[in-house]
Order: sequence, then C-alpha cells, then structure tokens
Amino acid sequence: MNLLKSIGQYFILLGKVFSLPEKRDVYFKQTINEFILLGINSIGIVAIISLFMGAVITLQTAYNTENPLYPAYLIGLGCRDSIILEFSSTMIALILAGKVGSSIASQIGTMRVTEQIDALEMMGVNTASYLVLPKLIATILFNPLLTLLSIILGIAGGWIAGTATGVITSSNFIYGIQYAFIPYYVFYSLIKTVVFAFIITTVSAYQGYFVDGGSLEVGKASTKAVVFSCVLILLFNVILTQLMLS
Amino acid sequence: MIKVKNISKSFNDQLRLDDVSVSFEPGITNLIIGRSGSGKTVLLKAIIGLLNIDSGEIWYDDIMFSGLNFESKKAIRKEIGMLFQGSALFDYMTVKDNVMFPLNMFTSLSKKEKLHRMNKCLDRVNIQDTDNLYPAELSGGMRKRVGIARAIALNPKYLFCDEPNSGLDPQTAILIDNLIKEITAEFNMTTIVNTHDMNSVMEIGEKVIFISEGKKQWEGTNRDILKSECTQLNDFVFASNLTKKLRP
Repeated sequence: MNLLKSIGQYFILLGKVFSLPEKRDVYFKQTINEFILLGINSIGIVAIISLFMGAVITLQTAYNTENPLYPAYLIGLGCRDSIILEFSSTMIALILAGKVGSSIASQIGTMRVTEQIDALEMMGVNTASYLVLPKLIATILFNPLLTLLSIILGIAGGWIAGTATGVITSSNFIYGIQYAFIPYYVFYSLIKTVVFAFIITTVSAYQGYFVDGGSLEVGKASTKAVVFSCVLILLFNVILTQLMLS
Repeated sequence: MIKVKNISKSFNDQLRLDDVSVSFEPGITNLIIGRSGSGKTVLLKAIIGLLNIDSGEIWYDDIMFSGLNFESKKAIRKEIGMLFQGSALFDYMTVKDNVMFPLNMFTSLSKKEKLHRMNKCLDRVNIQDTDNLYPAELSGGMRKRVGIARAIALNPKYLFCDEPNSGLDPQTAILIDNLIKEITAEFNMTTIVNTHDMNSVMEIGEKVIFISEGKKQWEGTNRDILKSECTQLNDFVFASNLTKKLRP
C-alpha cells in the first residue's frame, strides 16, 4: 500500500511540476543557478573519474587480450565502446545520483523542515514547479554535455595510459577508436543520459519534497534518493538497452 | 477582518480543532495563545490554508476562503504576509533577494521601484547594511526582522506570525512584538499572532483567544486576562512563580 501511495504521490508531484511558470524571468534565473549548481559544479568529478576509468579500461583490456591473434587496435575499440555504451551514460549517472541526487533531496528536504516551502506556498507560489522544474531543465540539458565530456576524457585517459605504459602504440589506439564506429551508439548513450537525468532529479526531489520531521529525516531522504535513483537507473538501463539496441 | 466559523480538523481520527469560531479585527494585534499541542498552530495553518479543514468556514472579509480552489486562493494569498517561527528565510538567498522575492514573483514593478520598496521595508524594521548577507550570517532577532520585512513587502492586508519571539532574548522579543503592533496599526492590517509567551500577551494582546484541547476556551483582552475565571486559562497564565505574584 505504501508503495502505491508513494507512486501516486510521485505522479501528482510531477503533474504540479509540469505546470505553467508563474513568472518566467524568475524561473529563468533559477534555471541558470541550477545549471551552475547541478551542472557546472559536476564537471570536475566527471572529468577526474572519466580520465581514470578510461585509463583503467584500456589497461585491463590490454592485459586481458595479450594474444597475438588479437590485433592491438582492438584495445582502442574496446575502450571506446565500453565508454560510449556504458561508462559515460550509466556509470556517470550513478555517480551523479550520488552527488546531484543527494544535493537535491537535502536542499528541498531542508526547505521543507525549516518551513521555507510553507513560506513559498503562503505566497501562492506553485512550490513543486518552482523548486523542481528549473532543476529538471538544468539536468536534462546539461547532463548530455557531461556525457559527451566524459566520452572525450575517458578515451583521452585510455590513450594517455595506453601509450604511457607502452601497452599500445598511439597510432594503433587511434585506429582502434575510429574502427567500425557506429554513431548511433552516441545517440543511444545520450538518450539514456536524458532518461537518467529525469530519474535522478524527480526521484530526489520527491524524496526531499515529502520529508516529514527534522534533520534526521532529511538525511534519510537523501540516502533514499540515491538508492532509489540508482535502482531505477539500472532498471531503465536494461529496458532502454533492449529497446534501442535489440 | 477574518472570521472563522465552526471549524473542525482531525488527524488520524484525533480531533485537533473542535468547532472553533472566532473573528479577528483589523488594526489590532489578535493573539492566539495556548499550551504546546493545544491546537493553536493547527488553527493558524487552517486559517491560512496550509491545512484543509474538515468542516466549518473561513472568511477573509466578504470572501469565503475555505471554499476556494488552489488557484482562487492564490489571489488572497498575495494579500497575506507571514512570519514563521524559524523565520523561514530562503537560506540560498541574500537578505536583499529574500525581501525582493515576493516583489519579483508577483509584481511588474521596475527594478528601481522594487529596490525602493525593499529598502523601505528593511528601513521599517530597522535593518541596515545587511543587503548582501545570507540568513545564516544574521542573529535570531535580525532574521525575524527580515522575515517581517519580507512579509510586508507586498503591503498585505493580513499578517500572520507564528511564535514570532521564540528563541529570542526578552529585550529583542519585546522589540519584535512592538514592531508587529506598530506595523499592524500603521497599515491597518488584520494581524494574528500565535504565541505562548505571556510577555507578548501582556505587551501586545489587544485581543486574545485562548485555545486548549482544540477548543476556544476564552476570549478577551490583555487587561481582562488576569481577572479571568477560566480555570484552564488561569493554569496557563499563572504557571510560573513570577506570574503567580500578579494574581489578583
């Protein structure tokens, strides 16, 4: 029963989120702020993780394919496809669920327990729309850019590690990342990113919006936001992969 | 004027407001008093529409507020200012942005006019040189003042204050109380203050409603309160050794 109630509350919240903004310029400013808080502030962690994961993927592929029958450029190809298909969309989404999801849940949850949401409602503001819509627009538009950045840096990390350790030559790696390239994979990765951005933002906002209690409950809501977002990301990863790659 | 007629409200089959009827006059400070858990916050939240009532009516002048839908309530809410117990300032905004928020959201004033109005509100509550500070950088008393400045930014007809001096030292509490009283008279607002502080009652209680166990038990002024024959009110008023000495 609780699950059904939660699902119902979630969709009612979404209904309120997608209503016409009261004052477009206020929403626009808020959206710009969210671009900075949720998007630009995530560049650092995405860049670092992508570089190092790209490096590790290349080294592991190289050490597990030490067979003269395998052409060396396959290391570059393996690195490229792993990063485009899974790492830069799904793994980065899981990381962002931790960083952005907990931030959204704790921010909205704190606003709930300190009566800031009541204050907005008192003024006649549609709080669901005012608090969630700018975040949703920011993450849906910015997360695909983070994915593209992650793809570029992941492959760059692979190239740096591969050539620096001598497991692959630069020309072989570059040939590998160009070999049998399917541009649709990038589209697939970006579509997944948009769906994951929607999940992270709305699930985390839902957890924060309906917090009841004090700071302890805000912490619990933040944890739940991360856990539920991660589970849903993994579930939708399977569904989207079946739908788009079958 | 705000009129409450026979309102009731339950939570999980527990009656928290039981057939309460009361009217609140403009230009004077109307106080709702009672012990913690007596139902006064439920009454205040019901009046402002943050809680839906089970039965009864709430009238804002000649409009039945309790019968309106969310969109129609918005029009009335633009005429309401509220000071919350913890001030409820938006902690990611500066003092200036907090006071400007209702102006940005609900008016089409020019930036210059909005700044003028913001400065006027902050001057009225005696706050200077804090425009760019965040709520976390303000003292409790200053936060309350900024909360009042934000509440009066749209020149409201109705002002609600939930425990306006909780957590403040007695001197600052009296300053906040008097500020509320002055603003109420100056703008002829209908002001409702929710409190359990007897200093506030004696200082600004031009009309006092005592709530206990969800029911209105007594109504009068701060001058009448010490002479009341309501046992529950007397237990509340004369709870401390200091107030016991005032007992006639």
